[in-house]
Amino acid sequence: MSKKYDAIIIGGGHNGLICAAYLAKAGRKVLVLEKRHVLGGAAVSEEVYPGFTFSVASYVVSLFRPHIIRELELAKHGYEVIPMDCSFLPLPDGDSLARWADPHRSRREIARFSKKDSEVYPEFSRVMTHMGKLAKAVIDHPAPNINSIHPKEIANLLRLGKAFKDLGPDLLNLNIKLVTMSALDFLDLWFESDVLKAPMSVSGIIGTFQGIRSPGTAYVLLHHYMGQLDGVFRSWGFSKGGTGGVSMACARSAMSYGAEIRTEAPVKQVLIKNGEATGVVLENGDELYAKTVISNLDPNRTYLKMVGESHLEPDVLKDIKRFKLRGSSGKVNLALDSVPEFSCRPGDGDHIRGDIAIAPGIDYLERAYDQAKYGEFSTRPYINAVIPTLTDPSLAPPGKHIMSCFVQYAPYHIKQGAENWPKYREAFGDTVVDTLAEYIPGLKDKILFRQVLTPWDLEQTMGLTEGNIFQGELSLEQLLFQRPVAKYSGYKTSISKLWMCGSGTHPGGGIMGASGELCAKTMLTSRAI
Amino acid sequence: MPLPTPFFPRTSALCHSMKWKEWAGYYAVCSYETLHDTEYYAFRNSAGLLDVSPLYKYRVTGPDAAAFLSRIMVRNIEKLAIGRVSYCCWCDDHGKVVDDGTVMRRGEQEFFVTSADPCYSWFSRFLRGYKVELSDISDQVAGLALQGPTSRDILKQVCDADLDGLKYFATCKARVNGFEVYISRTGYTGDLGYELWVDHEHALKLWDAIMAAGKNYDIRPAGLDALDVTRVEAGLILKDVDYFNALHALIDDRKSSPYEISLGWTVDLDRAPFNGQAALQAEKEEGSKWAIVGLDIDWPQLEELYYKRGLPPVLSNHAWRSSIPIYTAKDKRIQAGYATSGTWSPILKKNIALATVQKKYDKIGTELQFEVTVEHVRHTVSAIVSKTQFYNPERKTFTPKSSKS
Ligand SMILES: Cc1cc2nc3c(=O)[nH]c(=O)nc-3n(C[C@H](O)[C@H](O)[C@H](O)COP(=O)(O)OP(=O)(O)OC[C@H]3O[C@@H](n4cnc5c(N)ncnc54)[C@H](O)[C@@H]3O)c2cc1C
Repeated sequence: MSKKYDAIIIGGGHNGLICAAYLAKAGRKVLVLEKRHVLGGAAVSEEVYPGFTFSVASYVVSLFRPHIIRELELAKHGYEVIPMDCSFLPLPDGDSLARWADPHRSRREIARFSKKDSEVYPEFSRVMTHMGKLAKAVIDHPAPNINSIHPKEIANLLRLGKAFKDLGPDLLNLNIKLVTMSALDFLDLWFESDVLKAPMSVSGIIGTFQGIRSPGTAYVLLHHYMGQLDGVFRSWGFSKGGTGGVSMACARSAMSYGAEIRTEAPVKQVLIKNGEATGVVLENGDELYAKTVISNLDPNRTYLKMVGESHLEPDVLKDIKRFKLRGSSGKVNLALDSVPEFSCRPGDGDHIRGDIAIAPGIDYLERAYDQAKYGEFSTRPYINAVIPTLTDPSLAPPGKHIMSCFVQYAPYHIKQGAENWPKYREAFGDTVVDTLAEYIPGLKDKILFRQVLTPWDLEQTMGLTEGNIFQGELSLEQLLFQRPVAKYSGYKTSISKLWMCGSGTHPGGGIMGASGELCAKTMLTSRAI
Repeated sequence: MPLPTPFFPRTSALCHSMKWKEWAGYYAVCSYETLHDTEYYAFRNSAGLLDVSPLYKYRVTGPDAAAFLSRIMVRNIEKLAIGRVSYCCWCDDHGKVVDDGTVMRRGEQEFFVTSADPCYSWFSRFLRGYKVELSDISDQVAGLALQGPTSRDILKQVCDADLDGLKYFATCKARVNGFEVYISRTGYTGDLGYELWVDHEHALKLWDAIMAAGKNYDIRPAGLDALDVTRVEAGLILKDVDYFNALHALIDDRKSSPYEISLGWTVDLDRAPFNGQAALQAEKEEGSKWAIVGLDIDWPQLEELYYKRGLPPVLSNHAWRSSIPIYTAKDKRIQAGYATSGTWSPILKKNIALATVQKKYDKIGTELQFEVTVEHVRHTVSAIVSKTQFYNPERKTFTPKSSKS
């Protein structure tokens, strides 16, 4: 049997596509196999309702690594992210808080709730800017292998240590707080107003089955700040054509370098011979061979489904089974007949062109988490909504709009059993619409179509185990050299010639591209391919 | 989106150039006419009227008001007499400057403070234990600066204050057509001049009264471009240009002590504890690293460089505020410091700058080299260290009725 390919990549998520592009650019023969009819995985655009293109899952971009855009010529292939200017928080009492890129405008808004907070806010941003410098050390390099004494690994570890040390004692102290504290405790160090802390704290729980008071969530907060080197809001943006636009630019780049991409080609298993991956077998029985196989799937799926328990050492098996996925969120996408209007700030002004948070207080968020702890979705959830059509009208017919709502908490393991989620799907959708309608009275009459995705649906359609949006929680014990498991973290797996390039590897989730890039670069520099 | 100040209905009607900028979240006029020269000459020859409402303003009252402010400011405010104004800066724990501004004592227990950055949160960190009330009145009180040789005569037509007796850095209450204003003999032009503080509701009436009275005294509305030239001539430093707020500086090297930004004279060390005291004491003993100096940039040398390219020496009439390297006279590879702002001074006919230099180069008369770019090519010309106060007319401090008591 001739090995036609240097690498087969299972999964056409943005990381798989980026990995393919880097390998193809280096002259390797690459084949990407995607289960669905569309590319992108969780970064996907689909015309779910005629004329309306939804960013079905992920909806905003911020962490994407700029050097990948340059190295893969993504701008040429259609990558375009338009920055958002505002973070809007409507409140039930008719008040609201909008935070803008313009610092004085933000200060005036925040001062209505706390004068002190309004002035401390730029100081907080300054500190977080420094923390963001860590991004270079943490995100842009493979995690150091702490078990290795290879000079390169030691240099890698030292570089990480130096980046922390360079923060200086004050900031280093803060960093230790960031790593150990809860998001809320961390914000309490600066701010006094609930109205400000509530929408800021949610960055610490996105995609995590934890509350804003759970220790460790401060780190997730930092994770969300890392990509934002030039200010708090500036670098969150809308990808033109939806988040699938990012994936399609990656795909076009990969193809321009010669990579081959097949959709509707679900992989059943990795072929393993004498402990070595030799290719894959598709659901339709076709066998395809390659010198290496790279999985863009989450660690659970890669090890337990693609490889299979029989090929795994007991230690690895144990660790993989313990790897926390615990999906905690869902998504509701609405096609609207006209612009939704908030009763607290009517009109289609700039305040609704950015992200809109339904997070009217600390207790509200904690209560939402309480329900999730006991296996129910929150009856009044945290919602992060965007109306991308205000910025990118090409997504819907003229005058019509899309409202894309990320909803937390929706635990995968509801008490009725995850497989019963389909029975509660519409009730979940109703909850979200009812919650929004408290702020947007006319909403229900404007809805032309609604798409509800529970964690169960995310698992079924996108192959995200337990519906975890990051292919594994971003808790500290599952990051860096412990992502996904301590023994096999550097994109390698316990199976020879099988690699991983999805967000289940370092540095983790988000439309960031780093996992795909670093996997490819690690394979190339170690001459694994 | 900047906000209009209370004077906007007047300033916008007069701003023919359409040149505006944002100042602390407000719209501020750069220059009313396309060129700011006439506004500059108004400041120096007659009177210019400038909207300074965007400054931050605080009222501090209560039995401990003086003690509280003394705890924050590097100057001892307890010694400030009623009706007097103190120019001050305030520091963090490490003796690095947070901001600068004026403190005016309006009564035994009443003070009015202006600042360039919002300082409510910083001031309130020290409230505990003091019987004081701190209120931010930035959005209630509008400010006008009336600056220039005829400013006193104009103001006399407008209000009932004893202006002939009001000394430099003094303040008083006055009545204008049935409403109250506070007047302080302060300003940012280094000339005779006043600043007027008035409640928003009376702002336009005050503007109109001054403009009407000023008609015979060649009053002109003036913008920030003209102000910028005058403030460099007067050697007055500007936050975010000549130094940075220590709370906002991204790296320690961007922070400065009062000694390093020519405000050492404001530091009152020997007294009850205040913010930064220990660090400032230590710095005073060990010496500072940097100093802000004036630079008198050699004109003939510059002229020569222009002539060599067949050009007359033309400098922009705008003050500049970009960082320009300064080298030692002996060795042009050794950087002595950097200039942070400068201007062609129309009145002195000199090319001047404010520069931060290493302490060892701060003696008056020291020769340094200043980088210039002539027709796209970099050169250096000689620059002599001088006092920061390039222009200091007698009228600035002269008081006609100088009370001897
Ligand atoms: C609801 C939701 C909202 C989110 N919001 C944001 C956001 O706003 N901003 C942000 O930065 N991040 C967001 N994220 C996270 C981000 O989208 C993901 O971390 C990222 O897209 C993961 O990319 P990936 O390439 O690593 O993996 P995936 O996108 O998971 O790609 C895996 C691919 O493998 C395919 N696949 C699965 N099984 C098989 C098989 N057997 N054979 C072949 N192919 C298979 C899948 O179809 C998929 O295309 C969100 C995620 C979700 C789910």
